[in-house]
Amino acid sequence: MSAETLEKAIAKKPAEALLSKRRKKLVADPLVDENPITIQVLGICSALAVTTQMQPTLVMAISVTFVVALSNFVISLMRNTIPSRVRIIVQLAVVATLVTLVSEVLKAFAYDMYKELSVFIGLIITNCIVMGRLEAFAMGNKPYDSMLDGLGSALGYSWIILTVAFFRELWGSGSVFGIKVFDFLSGLIGPDFHLATNGLMVTPVGAFIILGLIVWVQRTKTGYVEH
Amino acid sequence: MRQSNTYVIVYSAVLTVILGLLLSGSAQILGPRQQEAIALDKKKQILGAVISAEEIAAMTPDQVNEFYSKRIASSVVDINGQEITEGGVTAEKVEIAKDYKKPADQRAYPVFIYHADGNPDDVESYIFPLYGAGLWDAIWGYIALDTDMNTIGGITLAHAGETPGLGARITEGEVQSRYVGKKIFDESGELVAVQMMKGEGKDYSSDEHKVDGMSGATITGNGVNNMLKAYLGHYEAYIKAKSSSTAVAGL
Repeated sequence: MSAETLEKAIAKKPAEALLSKRRKKLVADPLVDENPITIQVLGICSALAVTTQMQPTLVMAISVTFVVALSNFVISLMRNTIPSRVRIIVQLAVVATLVTLVSEVLKAFAYDMYKELSVFIGLIITNCIVMGRLEAFAMGNKPYDSMLDGLGSALGYSWIILTVAFFRELWGSGSVFGIKVFDFLSGLIGPDFHLATNGLMVTPVGAFIILGLIVWVQRTKTGYVEH
Repeated sequence: MRQSNTYVIVYSAVLTVILGLLLSGSAQILGPRQQEAIALDKKKQILGAVISAEEIAAMTPDQVNEFYSKRIASSVVDINGQEITEGGVTAEKVEIAKDYKKPADQRAYPVFIYHADGNPDDVESYIFPLYGAGLWDAIWGYIALDTDMNTIGGITLAHAGETPGLGARITEGEVQSRYVGKKIFDESGELVAVQMMKGEGKDYSSDEHKVDGMSGATITGNGVNNMLKAYLGHYEAYIKAKSSSTAVAGL
């Protein structure tokens, strides 16, 4: 069933619940079964680059969520007017505007984060998840559904990068959200107890390893096989 | 449905205007806030050369501004150490990165003077900006010299794109603390600055002009070395003038 007929079928029904089963599925599916990173393998670049520490990763996750959800919403609003020949350019223009807004707001209100993330915030434009959802969903569905779909994909992306960042920061720098966990443990147990940090975790290689482990665990549980 | 060319062109034009208005509007609204954030960040970096990063992190933006205005005086000098007063230049306004592109003798060189609370004559240290190239991108920082104009009181270093975990370690307090107490002039009065050595884990505490390196980040280390040597060289006339005047005052 194409996206267009799906929309007609829904339109006939009287008002659908704000969070009906189908809509919940829009948000829930990308969390595990259709996860953009571990299943669709999209958005890997930023997943490797920003995940050395929890705090910038959280800011990145929020920024991506904002951009994906809102761009899905806006493009869906415009979907019937967008000339099909220039649709990719129109999508890009909207996404780029939203990304620039995020970057400007960060620069004004969280300058330290802006310094740390500036390049990667700009690169949200090229995050395949954004354009992927616009093309695959927002161009053929209603605004509210599209926003939920974007929210789902972004949350699927967010929890993966936050998990990766948790382990990378813990093993690489011995801390979580900048709180020195390893030092705290040595203080608690005694000076002889010393946990060494692993420099490999700070490099992108560490992110690949953690990501690989997450994919492994997930696929063992869900039984997903690549076709 | 295939739209006409006119439709496509008008649509694109209207979209461009709307998005353009949105962006320029947000830039207008957020601009002052951003300028403030940038100025505050610069003050934090300058203060970082004389007080620890933890102390700065504990301060609210207002406290940083207050501390800065109470404890930092500034002036601008040229390559010969002569103060520049005409043209309304202030040390905070000098953009080191832009000036870096000019020949060394045409740049304006800001000097930040860290002094006792409320008494600008009771100088504790002189802070000079640094700017240079690391491995991937620009590196910069501020170095504080004690009043003997020879001993390093502290240094802050920052970078635009050094490798995380390797060259990016120049921002860590532990790496920066290696410079504290080192001397920039040798016994004959020659400017030798301080060299970050290759390799890590050696003890250079007996050598006044060498600090332990960062393993895996030798090129960033060399960048820091070149930057120190270059900028201390640019300020040499000023430093010499100040050290002879304090020497006389000390007699």
